[in-house]
Amino acid sequence: MFPDEFYDFLLDGVLTIGLTHYLILSVLLFSLGILCMVTKRNAIGILIGVELVLNAASINFVAFSKYQTGGLDGHIVALFIILLAAAEAAIAIAIFMNFYNTLRTIDVDRGDELRL
Amino acid sequence: MDVFEQALGFYLFAAVALFSAIGIVVTKNIVRAAVLLLGTLGGVACLYFVLSANFLAAIQLIVYAGGTLILIVFGVMLTSKSPFVVFTPSRVQIGIAVVIAVVLATSLCTLLLQVDWSATATDQPIVQSPQVKVVGESLLQQYLVPFEVASVLLLVVMIGAAYLARPEN
Repeated sequence: MFPDEFYDFLLDGVLTIGLTHYLILSVLLFSLGILCMVTKRNAIGILIGVELVLNAASINFVAFSKYQTGGLDGHIVALFIILLAAAEAAIAIAIFMNFYNTLRTIDVDRGDELRL
Repeated sequence: MDVFEQALGFYLFAAVALFSAIGIVVTKNIVRAAVLLLGTLGGVACLYFVLSANFLAAIQLIVYAGGTLILIVFGVMLTSKSPFVVFTPSRVQIGIAVVIAVVLATSLCTLLLQVDWSATATDQPIVQSPQVKVVGESLLQQYLVPFEVASVLLLVVMIGAAYLARPEN
């Protein structure tokens, strides 16, 4: 029904998942994270955008570890990324609590002064 | 895992992660964004399973979905009088942001499609998932210094967060 090249393309580019598929997914997640960081005015929305960017980065590390280097290095780096994300979220939420206690809002556009 | 199972897993979980991420960006309700973040984190964890990184997937679910997400939900609850508080940026700002994100995505995609990755590819992609034991051994041998630095960092973060979030006076 279709020429053979079509089936080759289907098998090579669409059905055989390779590094490029993961990289493109990671690019899309990264861009969505940046978009989230830029458009949200709620400080916690910005934090969620940062989490998306960090996840995109660790997908890259694990995909490269599987398809390029073949070792465990990417997995370890992704572990450290998860750890840093947890630490960063804890500090960020603590700062937001202070921000809220001071300004009675979580709108980052209101936080343009270093002190009151 | 054979080729078709991998393709099925990749497309399924990538779709879950991507559509949740799109939902996070689009929604104005911060509680909904936090719940959709669970979809993205879970989708990424399942992609780690597809990439045969089982231990990492488990850690992603435990630490991210179990810890960080709960923290974010608590943050939402503690910092708003109503959980449905909404701040809308102006249309111009949203337009500029969308343009920036689209340019970023297309330029990164064209860049990575131009590189010939097969030149450096490993002959044998990891099929067998590495044992937890191997991960632990490399953490305590090859990566001992970052591991210890991370533990000091966690201590500092714990003290810092408690100091920052203490009740006034």
